[in-house]
Amino acid sequence: MKSETAAFLKKNKKRLLEAWVQNQMSDSTLRDDLISNEELSKQSDDLLDALLVALGSGKLNVDSDKFQPVSDILSELSVTRARQGFSPRETSMFVMSLKKAFYAMLEDQYKNDPATLYQETVELNNLLDSMSIVTMETFIQGREEVILRQTDEISEISTPVIRVWEGILALPIIGTLDSARTQVVMENLLQQIVETGSRIAILDISGVPTVDSLVAQHLIKTVSATRLMGAECIISGIRAEIAQTIVHLGIDLSGINTKASLASALKLAYSMLGIEVRRAERKTIF
Amino acid sequence: MMTLSKETLTIQREPDVIYFRNKAKEYAVKIGMSMVGQTKLITAASELVRNMLRYANGGEAVLEIVIRNNIKGVRLTFADKGPGIKDVKQAMQDGFSTGRSLGLGLPGAKRLSNEFDIKSEVGKGTTVTIIRWKNGL
Amino acid sequence: MDKIPILKMGEFLLVTIQVDLYDRLALALENDLINMVSKTEARGVLIDISAVSIVDSFMGRILGNIASMSKIMDAETVVVGMQPAVAITLVELGLTLTGVHTALDVEKGMELLRNKIGYLPKEEEDLYDDII
Repeated sequence: MKSETAAFLKKNKKRLLEAWVQNQMSDSTLRDDLISNEELSKQSDDLLDALLVALGSGKLNVDSDKFQPVSDILSELSVTRARQGFSPRETSMFVMSLKKAFYAMLEDQYKNDPATLYQETVELNNLLDSMSIVTMETFIQGREEVILRQTDEISEISTPVIRVWEGILALPIIGTLDSARTQVVMENLLQQIVETGSRIAILDISGVPTVDSLVAQHLIKTVSATRLMGAECIISGIRAEIAQTIVHLGIDLSGINTKASLASALKLAYSMLGIEVRRAERKTIF
Repeated sequence: MMTLSKETLTIQREPDVIYFRNKAKEYAVKIGMSMVGQTKLITAASELVRNMLRYANGGEAVLEIVIRNNIKGVRLTFADKGPGIKDVKQAMQDGFSTGRSLGLGLPGAKRLSNEFDIKSEVGKGTTVTIIRWKNGL
Repeated sequence: MDKIPILKMGEFLLVTIQVDLYDRLALALENDLINMVSKTEARGVLIDISAVSIVDSFMGRILGNIASMSKIMDAETVVVGMQPAVAITLVELGLTLTGVHTALDVEKGMELLRNKIGYLPKEEEDLYDDII
């Protein structure tokens, strides 16, 4: 870009900014519910400042060091917008609407010099296109971070550890037990065992849709780790069809305490701890 | 994959193992690896360093923080100039050992890592590389 | 060279491992402990590894050895206080420490040892009463 063009744009920054903000405000995709006008002006101002400084450097290349501040501002902005729930279209409008403002200015300045106008427009166009790409890339990255965080949250929420009695923990597992899930279950369980000093953990798999050899392996690993810590593990909630698959697949669960229901697992846990539960002599309300 | 930082340690004596383990742990903590992840990494490292001491009288261990697809990880490389392994496939099986160990070293280290690579040439030496990612299982 | 202290508590031996072991230190512990079992005719060995951040296959083998050797000399071995991360890693490594009893903490380990040893012969029980 010619140095006089850069200087001209710099001199007219205020007009440029006004036109740009105006463009954004008048666009139908403006999300005034997510971002205030002042904030929008502030963001536009910051980016424009950085951009005008970089334009003075001659060669227009987003990847060059001179443009680093520009890409930094853009990346931060689009990651924030992704988190706030902006759509891709709304996010890309930010840079796209700057084009219009630039073109109007250039057209005004180079009315009588079409060759220069053309050259400068193409250069600026290429630059803004690359900036759009940076915006999109980081926007998607921001979204992916959101997804990753949610995945983590889901796997943590879905594996509660319940203290059913002094020294007895229960873990109802609901949903498919894959490697990632098993890891979370195992870590939660062992941590709780240490914290509560519980000697028995009941893994209830009533809510697990299918048990294949991989899931069984995960269960066996969990039981082994529990035993290494010095606690015992009972697996309950084994439905008829699960028992059938386990035998058909030739999975050996003989070294593990298994029970059909949580109630019978609890009974076993009581007897292991030497606890007796009896009906009271006196009349009860039930 | 890019390397963010790198350090090379020489392993010659047994206490070097402890020092190396602590270093590896430091790296894992630096990138925010979970407790279980750290423990798996240093356990794998311990197995591999021991192999290097026992079968090759020591060698070089390289610690690196690497990044791929925006995810950080710790890469450990163990290079020795020992006798090499005749049958790598056999050495990777559980329970196989030419020494008097449990034969869990190599296959165990592989299970504890997210990525595992072994290159060995008889008479020249062995190089084992492992990676554990920050969010690896 | 460093040495791991072994405490005698009645008929049990107690070892608290406070540092990460390298191989020679672990071997020395195995040796000292077995000699101690033989000398004191201990009935139980309690190894507290709550401060240990790593148990690899060598350390696992040492623990297994101590348990088997003590067993021949009629003493039970209990490993207590294993960290969750260590337990998960051991399972992944493929070591389940067969023959080694485990407990959550020293207190529960003691209780387990007393249960394992079980009965006390009649005369011995009387003798005990007298002493107390």
